[in-house]
Amino acid sequence: MSTAAEPLIFEHTSPGRYATAQAPAAQPLPEDIPAGLRREGAPLLPEVSELQVVRHYTRLSQQNFSIDTHFYPLGSCTMKYNPRACNSLAMLPEFLHRHPLALPDHSQGYLACMYELQETLKSVTGMKGVSLTPMAGAQGELAGVAMIHAYHAARGDTARTEIIVPDAAHGTNPATAIQCGMKVREIPTNAEGDVDFEALEAALGPQTAGIMLTNPSTLGVFERRIEEIAKKVHEAGGLLYYDGANLNAILGQVKPGAMGFDVIHMNLHKTFSTPHGGGGPGSGAVGVSARLEPFLPTPLVVKGGDGYRYADKDERPQSIGRLSAFMGNAGVLLRAYIYARMLGPEGMRRVGEFATLNANYLMTRLRERGFDLAFPGRRATHEFIVTLKRQKQELELTATDVAKRLLDHGFHAPTVYFPLLVPECLLIEPSETEERDVLDAFVEAMVAIWEEAKADIDKVKGAPYTMPVRRLDEVKAARELDLRWQPA
Amino acid sequence: MCRANYSGGRRKSLPDFHRVFQDELMPFIPHTPEDTQAMLAACGVDSTEALFDEIPAHLRVRELDGVPPQLSEMQITRLMNQRATQDGMPLNFVGAGAYEHHIPAAVWQIATRGEFYSAYTPYQAEASQGTLQLIYEYQTMMASLMGLEVSNASLYDGASGLAEAVLMAGRANRKSKSLKVLLPESLHPYYRECVQAICALQGFELVSLPLRADTGTTDHAALQAHAGSDICAVVIPQPNLFGQLEDVDALTDWAAAQGALSIAVVNPTLAAVLKPPGAWGEAGVDIACGDGQPLGAPLSSGGPYYGFLCCKQKHVRQMPGRIVGRTVDLDGKPGYTLTLQAREQHIRRAKATSNICTNQGLVVTASTIYMSLLGPQGLANVATSCLERTRKLAQALCAIDGVERVYSGAYGHELALRLPRPAQPVLEALSARNIIGGFAPGRHYADMDDVLIVCATETKTDEDIAAYAAALKEVLA
Repeated sequence: MSTAAEPLIFEHTSPGRYATAQAPAAQPLPEDIPAGLRREGAPLLPEVSELQVVRHYTRLSQQNFSIDTHFYPLGSCTMKYNPRACNSLAMLPEFLHRHPLALPDHSQGYLACMYELQETLKSVTGMKGVSLTPMAGAQGELAGVAMIHAYHAARGDTARTEIIVPDAAHGTNPATAIQCGMKVREIPTNAEGDVDFEALEAALGPQTAGIMLTNPSTLGVFERRIEEIAKKVHEAGGLLYYDGANLNAILGQVKPGAMGFDVIHMNLHKTFSTPHGGGGPGSGAVGVSARLEPFLPTPLVVKGGDGYRYADKDERPQSIGRLSAFMGNAGVLLRAYIYARMLGPEGMRRVGEFATLNANYLMTRLRERGFDLAFPGRRATHEFIVTLKRQKQELELTATDVAKRLLDHGFHAPTVYFPLLVPECLLIEPSETEERDVLDAFVEAMVAIWEEAKADIDKVKGAPYTMPVRRLDEVKAARELDLRWQPA
Repeated sequence: MCRANYSGGRRKSLPDFHRVFQDELMPFIPHTPEDTQAMLAACGVDSTEALFDEIPAHLRVRELDGVPPQLSEMQITRLMNQRATQDGMPLNFVGAGAYEHHIPAAVWQIATRGEFYSAYTPYQAEASQGTLQLIYEYQTMMASLMGLEVSNASLYDGASGLAEAVLMAGRANRKSKSLKVLLPESLHPYYRECVQAICALQGFELVSLPLRADTGTTDHAALQAHAGSDICAVVIPQPNLFGQLEDVDALTDWAAAQGALSIAVVNPTLAAVLKPPGAWGEAGVDIACGDGQPLGAPLSSGGPYYGFLCCKQKHVRQMPGRIVGRTVDLDGKPGYTLTLQAREQHIRRAKATSNICTNQGLVVTASTIYMSLLGPQGLANVATSCLERTRKLAQALCAIDGVERVYSGAYGHELALRLPRPAQPVLEALSARNIIGGFAPGRHYADMDDVLIVCATETKTDEDIAAYAAALKEVLA
């Protein structure tokens, strides 16, 4: 981690300089472009050499934490190792060169991968159909709720306008329901971390379009009454949506289809280990049960007598339609396919198994050293919650303080203040690719921070000290908006 | 390591299916049998099975029949190379939303450094200054390229980005009580489908604006039918699907006069030399969006690309997606952080401006490096080269009997040609000759079965163009 301040790329500018090896020679604009449509004044792009660019962005990269450099126990984010082969093989020149509108005779290699990925995802989720087109988890959710909407509409069941969402849900769940023109009805979670069953029963009715659930839930526990929930919701005429954010916990262990879910999205950038890239691109493939199959977003990859091809809206008239210009984040899908092939059925099972073992081990170790668990009577799934409620009361030590001080110990912070209903919470997900020594070292860092807080709370509250910057003034950032550099 | 004589596929009893075989490959899982035993002991259980005891046993997986067998890195490398070779490296003369450009080697070598590639969204700002500063630089470059005040950190792609822009206009246009949006027929049909799929759910009414048969641009006379009605927004593509340049000043001013917001959908390469959306008409557009792919992202079968979205300052609080701002730390040192998060789903939940939570960070990283390498001069050179190459292509193809331009008027780096016969079989014949000859819009428009939209970028040499012309001549003969 480099802490030396790096100027903005614009501050390296010398007028007239550019990476001359990279652009064709200058020439005039064709005469047929009317004067009124021409640009006056150049855009504010840097004027720098190739070496300056390489050095600047290499230096910026060194001001990041990443999986490749640090343990990243970020709950609900599944920060596991992104195998290098997935990247290098997805970037074979022919794959990069392939235009999305290439004809089938120049597409069979790529489409074979996509078709097999669809089949693999069907198998591990127990769903009947899969569409790869959604470009992130939130878009997968949008597709899912849109399909639920389309399903009811196709049956003339137009009174179903309400989506039930547990209070522990990801923020995307209610936001998605609203974006699909639905109303949101929130239901509480009980003290054990399960959905409050009576509240659910009370919420169900002829207005229920469906329920959005994550299982294991965002509280890091498995929803034990899932089958009863599915039965109740189906009896009320609603459908079940599975938020696949936590699929890593149950990969190869339980299929969402077997639990009774009608539609699911998978975050391939979590469970299938495609890179997070500093905030995307993701991939939010969706899977559905038989009754939602006609509504899947297009295009799909189908296999016919003369090979693979896309199936579009003209042959799938009930489809909710197209969610991207082409078919999703293709390069991400290739990475997910390669990862799936390197796991095989054996490896898939091991993912859920060892993600669960690592989480339970880390949870046990932290509890032994005195940390409080949000749900002490439960097994961890692939993640678990430590609550600092006691430390807050006794020492004024907050989840933010611990998160920031962990950075100085060389660990990325866990997810903090989510789920919203657990006070001072740290949602911790180690993933299956970390070895035991790393988990042990993390426990020692947590204990050291707690000890330090007892001795000198101000020291902890001033953290981090070893990053390129210390805590940032976020209020100033929002009040005095500075969203682009402007020359003096 | 050797493979266990274990079949992942066969239906087995639960304990059999989940038993750990000590010589089994466990890709990317570092646990030795000793680690596993020690960790299980620490947890007070004797097998990993016990960790799943809260899950009803009858729900547990007993087969993964649809998952193909495991391959080692050596084996998957061979398979992927075979599949890549199978698809080949045809000559691309197609654009239609995805453009082949030279991408400097430095772009993806730096973007795929582990520190960018495997980092999470920069929620912990102090440990993410590299990504955050880069996005701030990106926002500066993109806002300036569009001639507008603000850029977000990116959306998924151009088509879904336009859908988000339409939703944003619905929130930002407080004068309009309608959700009526005018979408020109000259807009890419996939973009129109995507806007329909995403925006219709919220009650948006999408009204088509017809195409002029002579110029291939939006028919101003047809606009008058909507004059005086309550319109939320007007979408203006530049260039449009057919490569034609729209009269953007007039369209922008007309929208403003109606109290509608204007949304530009532009090609960012050409923006280096064409009038930027912020300068259209009297006061510029309200929102500009488009696909950032031409700025450093490979064609890659359609993604990952990214959608850019810029707007006037006054609309910033209605923007979807992430935004990075500059601020100071406890010591007064400048630093960067995500800002205006009160708009976003993880804070506002059901009241968020969008459900969106990722951007396309890695592609934006590549794109920022691309724009830095080219600078204003290099990017303008790329744009003028594309324009010049496309004119050269037009000349070569129109010299063939029966091939002619469909429309008159100015065009960009794409144009529509009429062929003497249906375009789709011609495309197939060209494909067999290793040429992706263009985009046939006939499926999406009446009376366009014989139309082909072609494109040439700076990557096409005189020899490439001559080869295409020769192949087309042969196919049409």
